[in-house]
Amino acid sequence: MTDLSATRQRSWLGLRGLRIFNNVSGYTILMVLSALFMIPLYWMFSTAVKTPQQTFAIPPEVIPSPVEWKNFGRVFEEVPFGRFYLNTLFLAGANIVGHLVSVTLVAYGFARLRFPGRNVLFLIMLSTLMIPYQVTLVPRFVMFAKLGLTNTYWPLILPAFTGTPFLIFLVRQYMMSIPFDLDEAAYIDGATRFDVFWRIIIPLTRPALMLVIVFTFIDVWNDFLQPLIYLHDPNLFTVSLGLSFFQGARETDWNLLMAGSVLAMIPPLVLFFFAQKQLIGGISVEGLKG
Amino acid sequence: MGVLTRRLTRSWSGLSAAERREAVAGYLFISPWIVGFIVFFAGPIIASFILSFTSWNIVGTPEWVGLDNYERIFTADPFFRKAVSVTLRYAAIYLPLEVFFGILIAVVLNQKLKGIGVFRTLFYMPYIVPKVATSLVWVWVLNPRYGLLNTILRQIGIEGPSWLSDPDWVLPSIILMSLWGVGGSAVIYLAGLQNIPDQLYEAASVDGANRVQKFVRITLPMLTPTIFFQLVLGMIGAFQTFTPAFIAAGRTGGPLQSGLFYMLYIYNRSFESMRMGYGAALAWIMTVFIMVLTVLVFRSSSYWVYYEAERKRTR
Repeated sequence: MTDLSATRQRSWLGLRGLRIFNNVSGYTILMVLSALFMIPLYWMFSTAVKTPQQTFAIPPEVIPSPVEWKNFGRVFEEVPFGRFYLNTLFLAGANIVGHLVSVTLVAYGFARLRFPGRNVLFLIMLSTLMIPYQVTLVPRFVMFAKLGLTNTYWPLILPAFTGTPFLIFLVRQYMMSIPFDLDEAAYIDGATRFDVFWRIIIPLTRPALMLVIVFTFIDVWNDFLQPLIYLHDPNLFTVSLGLSFFQGARETDWNLLMAGSVLAMIPPLVLFFFAQKQLIGGISVEGLKG
Repeated sequence: MGVLTRRLTRSWSGLSAAERREAVAGYLFISPWIVGFIVFFAGPIIASFILSFTSWNIVGTPEWVGLDNYERIFTADPFFRKAVSVTLRYAAIYLPLEVFFGILIAVVLNQKLKGIGVFRTLFYMPYIVPKVATSLVWVWVLNPRYGLLNTILRQIGIEGPSWLSDPDWVLPSIILMSLWGVGGSAVIYLAGLQNIPDQLYEAASVDGANRVQKFVRITLPMLTPTIFFQLVLGMIGAFQTFTPAFIAAGRTGGPLQSGLFYMLYIYNRSFESMRMGYGAALAWIMTVFIMVLTVLVFRSSSYWVYYEAERKRTR
């Protein structure tokens, strides 16, 4: 929009009118962009409830009729999707426990205790963020293979118990913002270091820990490369891995593949929906990590 | 390292008993990370470096081959060249588009409208669901015969390409798929937009600047640090792109390896043909490349990135 036309509108719309005009044009652009974004999603959804004949109809049915809700059930019957779901939930749960334990301990150490070399170690930790993890992929695999742990969940769980630099950084920043007077007061009352950690710092860090839980869940739920490398037994597959396996095995069942994709997307979406408020701030921080 | 230990011991002897106890507690608290750093990071990186000079299929014993792997990669490996060219071409086309659409969506989402939160969630959504699922959706959208895109194109009289089965169209397809996830970047640009002080716009309005002038003279310069970070991360991200290529182009990289992203090639060499030494060498080349690139981009940043703090200092 040019300045000239804006001025002209201002003259005959009045201030209130201008605001309404701006809102309407704002909504219009939003709607168009959102519609473009939604089209692939709609395509996924509509295919997920089509029969095989409808799936390969030319031209395609925009609104499928009849609607084949059975497809979602068939995904569970024809592929062990329930199994994949439970497996991934278990992995996510184990990783969340691992991160909650390790990240809080390490963040507390860095945030609220003084020891020689603390800053150097903290910088080393931050610098590991800049090195792509792929370089560790082969030796890690070799290490777990030599321990006989491939085709088990250990390689996908153990690292969580040593913390993740980005999450440690996040929680440490949060802990730094808690007034130190609280610790001092507790020490005077005879509290031990662990008391302070457990009874004062952890409860006050709860919003940051929510972020740890949500990020961990989404990361584990969406991870593909690591399960692909470590897991061979279909009984151990995660949802992502199962879906890709399904793609290879049933290449023409697009209605079922789309139903499976819908099912794979639901848990992170539900979590995101409920945790949105806490996430807004955290996302922009995570974005810098990539 | 020697300097570090000396400094540590010197400061250690200067500590009181209570301070020492606190220090011991500190080391204990951070010990999970130290263990992880050694076992899952530093150890593997060193091991990877050593492995890259060997030939090893994980069963027998590694055989020392010196620089053979590197020599072969740089002189006699057409797949390596293909992987680098695919990845760089992807980055060269995708990154400018990402900046453009990321900022466009951020500007649109930055309006003070009712219900804007719903739209923010919507654009962010592709970013938080499994890449395997979104990639599958796109494979189906791009199906040459029954897919949505070619159906729409046919309606307006264009016979669409065969997308993922045509070597010339594999890369554009994957770029299209990535652009669908641009909401993730838009949220970052949005945070950048919201950090721009309102006074700048108010002052510009007083001076009679129009919307376009405000955008070009205020918004863009103030966003350059964000754009800069996104470009660095995007470049690194291009080298780490795996899942969309694996699902859409196929595990071997698609027709004529036109979708053989670098990470996919590392995966193929290391875990499909089980050549651990060769895979480690490929990973090391990538790591060095990314680090050199990061340093170069950071060095050059002062020429075009606008940092408010710096300007204050020079004034």
